Amino acid sequence: MKYLMSATAMVLATATLAAAEGELQLYNWGNYTSPELLDKFEKETGIKVTVTDYDSNDVALAKVEAGGSGFDLVVPSASYVPIWVEKGLVQELDLSKLPNHKNIAPEWTDVPWDAGRKYSIPWQWGTTGMSVNTKVYGGDINTSAIFLDVPPELVGKINVQPEMIDVVSLATMYVGGEPCSEDAEIMKKVRDVLLAAKPNWISMDYGATERMSNGDWAASTNWNGSSMRIKINTNGDVQYGYPKEGYPIFMDSVMLLQDAANVEEAYKFMDFIMLPENAAMISAFARYANGIAGSEAFMPEDMKTAPEVVVPEEHKAAGKFLPTCRGKGLEYMTAIWTELQK
Amino acid sequence: MAERGFQISRLPGVATVAIGAFVILYLPIVTLVIFSFNASNSVATWGGFSLHWYGDAWANDDVKAATMRSLIIGVSAAFLSTILATLAALGTTRRRAFKGQTFIYVVINQPLMVPEIVTAVALMIFFGIVKVATGYQGLGYLIAAHTAFCLPFAYLPIRARLESMDLSLETAAADLYATPWQTFRRVTLPLLAPGIMAGAMLAFVISLDDVVITEFVKSGGQDTLPTYMLGQLRRSFTPEVNAISTMLLGVTVVMLTAFFLLTRKKD
Amino acid sequence: MSPAEDNAVRTSARNGWLLSLPALILLAFAASGPLLIVIWYSFLTANDTGNVIHEWSVEGWKGIFLTYDIFEERYALADAHLTIFWRSVWLSLTTTALTFAIGFPTAWFIATRPPQQRAMWLFLITIPFWTNLLIRTFAINEVIRNEGLLNTLLIWVGAIDTPLQINYTETAVLIGMTYVYLPLMVLPLYATIERFDMRLLEASYDLYASRWATLRRVILPIVKPGIIAGSILVFVPSLGAYVTPRILGGGKNMMIGNFIELQFLQGKNWPLGAALSVALLIIVMGALLVYVRVANRDRSQGHG
Repeated sequence: MKYLMSATAMVLATATLAAAEGELQLYNWGNYTSPELLDKFEKETGIKVTVTDYDSNDVALAKVEAGGSGFDLVVPSASYVPIWVEKGLVQELDLSKLPNHKNIAPEWTDVPWDAGRKYSIPWQWGTTGMSVNTKVYGGDINTSAIFLDVPPELVGKINVQPEMIDVVSLATMYVGGEPCSEDAEIMKKVRDVLLAAKPNWISMDYGATERMSNGDWAASTNWNGSSMRIKINTNGDVQYGYPKEGYPIFMDSVMLLQDAANVEEAYKFMDFIMLPENAAMISAFARYANGIAGSEAFMPEDMKTAPEVVVPEEHKAAGKFLPTCRGKGLEYMTAIWTELQK
Repeated sequence: MAERGFQISRLPGVATVAIGAFVILYLPIVTLVIFSFNASNSVATWGGFSLHWYGDAWANDDVKAATMRSLIIGVSAAFLSTILATLAALGTTRRRAFKGQTFIYVVINQPLMVPEIVTAVALMIFFGIVKVATGYQGLGYLIAAHTAFCLPFAYLPIRARLESMDLSLETAAADLYATPWQTFRRVTLPLLAPGIMAGAMLAFVISLDDVVITEFVKSGGQDTLPTYMLGQLRRSFTPEVNAISTMLLGVTVVMLTAFFLLTRKKD
Repeated sequence: MSPAEDNAVRTSARNGWLLSLPALILLAFAASGPLLIVIWYSFLTANDTGNVIHEWSVEGWKGIFLTYDIFEERYALADAHLTIFWRSVWLSLTTTALTFAIGFPTAWFIATRPPQQRAMWLFLITIPFWTNLLIRTFAINEVIRNEGLLNTLLIWVGAIDTPLQINYTETAVLIGMTYVYLPLMVLPLYATIERFDMRLLEASYDLYASRWATLRRVILPIVKPGIIAGSILVFVPSLGAYVTPRILGGGKNMMIGNFIELQFLQGKNWPLGAALSVALLIIVMGALLVYVRVANRDRSQGHG
């Protein structure tokens, strides 16, 4: 009991000193930050990075907006970046403190969600497509029909990830619309195609890496990095398809919070991860590409050529950044989603 | 006749259902323990025996810190909520109905009545204001929040025990000129002990379980084991968490065995 | 009432308040107090980037019953909400019944062990719960999945030929919730059965009461406070359950807790989420008051 009380006192005391020198509070997706990267950073700079996890853009946003969260850096997805900026929760970056900013690959320097990269630097990027066990289904996997017009072989064996924006956007592009469409006719088609397909799905759940590796599911909408892990686990049975009707590209980017207590440390960290060899460590851990030019040279062999990571030329055109859905577009989306999950 | 009387204290089928319940309770736990020794990189497919997840868990400072934090919060919340609940239960039972009694009852049980997500959002907004105003971002908020939602879980069994308790012993003690404190200490409290124990245990496991409220209230560097796992939910779990849970179970079992051996000696 | 009696009543009431005060203060700070914010938010305007705009509105409340069908461009009854609400109520009631059916014999069994063994059995009930909810839920998932322990076992004994699809169904949610909430039923039941005087049973049998009559007339009235406490502890939280339906229901069997979460997070309609929460709170509170009142009336009648 005494030990426990002194331990409690210690934890309470250290927590108040969280803003001490040489510390950095990183708020990131769970299982997404390479521990080796943090070790290397601490060795080079003496700054200890504490990672706290979140599992949803919305939770991260709501918490930081509520105030006093104590974080310095956060890693939101592209479509959320404008919201963070608009709400005044993040600082405009002082590029003079980020000499490695020049390492950002040209296609990622001026992105639609952050013109001129004034607020965010790349962490990792990837795509949402179809993971399909080709032993179960031998047909074309580069189409959203895999989950929207389910082939007989996959009926009752396909999972759909419960990502509202991804799923509704995939369906919107499938019926020929643009993501966040406010066109009632298009959105009606989206609703109908999703509702008609739902009985053929086994579940709407996460955990594809696990459940496709052990054969519970034969197919799933999935992220490319996860799909690559499954391919390795299943000796190549599971392949990744890029829907030709259109598929979402996502990028998670590091942003500096307005109320950050450790600003200098944060700049050091951001600059650190834009060095190609360090960016490659991030990718090697979570298996997504990172947007830093020259990092490919430092990546694990199997990632250099993997079709999951390096988007094949013929599929490049179909990839789309999802915009931030607002107003009517968001209303349609939520209405369809509620109908789908009720 | 007497023989028939003794048998009925064991109602027919009771033992069967009870043993069945224990088997069902432990089935998933056994699976969990087995898979913590799995060599493969998966929580579901068996790839041979290995201890490497234990090594990994031991080497993972984040997991260790999160586990420790869960335990500190759980013990603090169970301890505090049991005290508060016992006081409140004594205040709201076994006395003539008074104005506001129902109000107290409703307020104490209120944390049960809304889904966790609602309490979580409310606390996030309110504590956010307090955190900015005071500059304090420590574990205190999590302990306060956990104590609050553990309160009804501690209160209800204690209250149930009190309500079914016999008043005559206490009256007898009072008749023998015991002071109210003596009566409480020597008569009420020992009689109340099973209720308090049930309440404290419930509060502790409820605190250990909490994901949603913790996720919304935690500040930087305050992941507990459940929120650490929640963060992995979208990507993939590693059997590390199975290993940690198995170790926790092991520690529990060892502690309890020691506890029983010690108390048996006293008897 | 004499002045002295009057005084005693007043002192008793004052002590009642004083003893409850510490709990009330904590709750005001870390539970009920902040909930007032939710009531306030339910009357504000939704912000489509999350949070609220501080403008008065009743759209949130209207949204509970009516949805503006954006496809038909007219208001329609929110049948999706009713489906979700009804599923929550029925799953929670069934869970309560199941935990009671399993929990009562279990509590009885523990309470009839020799006194020095009881604490051990009690701990045996809670030990599985030392692993947290997420891990336990995933472990249940492992047991009931198609190639899991349960199906393997059933096929092995020859009860079935093809694996039962239990995962991602309402049955899975029900199994999960019963598992998760079982100790919440067993512990309060145990607390009341434990002080039950077994000689009463002998007396009852000596008077040639049937088993059923003994159960109904002797056992139930005495363990009633435990049944009440246990049912509340199981029913109310399961109504707002979030983790179990999300993981075992496979996202297709949404319960009200998940639905409210959707409004606060991906759907970004905080006022609707807040209004749904307040409505749920009112319903549960009302049901609870009626339940406790009826239960107490029965008891005083039984004694009178």
